Amino acid sequence: MAEKVLMKGNEALAEAAICAGCHHFFGYPITPQTELAAYMAKKMPKIGGTYLQAESELASINMVLGAAAAGVRAMTSTSSPGLSLMTEGISYMAGCDLPALIVNVQRGGPGLGGIQPSQADYYQATKATGHGDFQLIVLAPSTVQEMVDMVFLAFELGEKYRMPAMLFSDGLLGQMMEPVVLPEPGDIKTVEKPWAVTGHGGKRKHNIVNSLYLEPNLLEDTVRARYERYAEAQRTEQRCEEFMVDDAEIVLVAYGASSRICRSAVTTARQQGIKAGLIRPITVWPFPNDAIQKAASHAKAFLSVEMSMGQMVDDVRLALNGARPTYFYGRTGGMIPSPAEVLEEIKKIQEGK
Amino acid sequence: MREDLNLVLAGFGGQGLLFAGKVTAYAGLMEGREISWLPSYGPEMRGGTANCSVCVSDEPIGSPLVLEPNALIAMNLPSYDKFIDTVKPGGVALVDSTMVEKKSERTDIKAFYVPATRLADEAGLKGLANIILLGKLWKEMGFCSPEALQKGLEKCIPASKAAMLELNRKALQIGMDQ
Repeated sequence: MAEKVLMKGNEALAEAAICAGCHHFFGYPITPQTELAAYMAKKMPKIGGTYLQAESELASINMVLGAAAAGVRAMTSTSSPGLSLMTEGISYMAGCDLPALIVNVQRGGPGLGGIQPSQADYYQATKATGHGDFQLIVLAPSTVQEMVDMVFLAFELGEKYRMPAMLFSDGLLGQMMEPVVLPEPGDIKTVEKPWAVTGHGGKRKHNIVNSLYLEPNLLEDTVRARYERYAEAQRTEQRCEEFMVDDAEIVLVAYGASSRICRSAVTTARQQGIKAGLIRPITVWPFPNDAIQKAASHAKAFLSVEMSMGQMVDDVRLALNGARPTYFYGRTGGMIPSPAEVLEEIKKIQEGK
Repeated sequence: MREDLNLVLAGFGGQGLLFAGKVTAYAGLMEGREISWLPSYGPEMRGGTANCSVCVSDEPIGSPLVLEPNALIAMNLPSYDKFIDTVKPGGVALVDSTMVEKKSERTDIKAFYVPATRLADEAGLKGLANIILLGKLWKEMGFCSPEALQKGLEKCIPASKAAMLELNRKALQIGMDQ
């Protein structure tokens, strides 16, 4: 196995993207994502790739759209306020069925908010990243190693379903260093892209990448066909990690940075005789409904823990459809919940019964 | 199973606290342990406060943010004031006494006051007070083998700055001798 190195999440992700064959990066700097773009700025010219710092996030995402339309692996990275600026372009990409990688290293909001870690963009990532009927593939890493591994998965799923894919990170994962094994170059799974606008040389009918359909019936058909692909992704691509869930009475649901804190809280709860467990969504879209529903067969209650005022908790409730009580605990604005605070919430639920 | 190290290093930006944290983390990695390094960052590049959390454990690390350290390195007064009461009972606090004149009244922690900045200046190792304190921390806690500590140091100094390695080794030794 390759040597473990210590890297910041942001830098490891950048290196992984290059290993995954992404040689086209367009972005605009913002904390706490900056190391990612800085790494690309250094590395891309050396490998003959494109690093372009655009004049704004709007320009960046539209450059990603253009590169993706030409069939190459392209990406951008930003943090929360920047993502808001990109939503129009992301909607256009979804409307053009273009795969590309969008990284959100979340920080506190709303508005300029703060520069500390947050998970308050969940609704934006999973419900309304822009106007119109569409979804993104949204992957939530919880370690620096996953920041690396999920880059490959994001490109693969994006290309398979012709959807933009988001790597849904936060300032904690972006800034922290952990040991990581970087991928060997050359192991890239990609697909044919017969739709790409690469020049037809008079040998085939020209391709058009477009999101404008003035005939409503045609637009409806296009959206419906797209939703069939979404349904397929929801059937087959739900991913999560379960920790001590098998006999758990209280099941925590947490992704990304907050899942790490919950894992510590669950371990301590178990030591104190409380049957707690953790479901960690790896795909927050498609949301792991099946795992939540399965856990409801033995769990008495669910607790969603987020670095937000409570957003994913809605998806937990939808999955459970009233079958079990669902509680929420969160910190926001850049505050990180402590394992002790989460344990306290677990105890409250335990004693409330 | 070896004891976990939950270390907070705090001071001004430019004192090399993030670097000393990285050396500690790499030393843990050299022994195949689980490690994490998390900086607390402000918007400024230099001159602000800087601190970082380092965890070294045999178990996967949950929260990388250390709230109750069993080891503290404090290199300025605001950091000392902020973190000295967070040290776990039985933990070790290392204070750069060139920068901080206060002494803790706590009797449930092991506090050491090392004039690291002065020692570094006197030895011609300006800017290596961080590594002196790290040497002292190693002496008091032995959080890894001496070989792992040396290797950790080597990993953190790029080939282009190879001349710094010997100076860092000297600083480490001064700390161990305190």
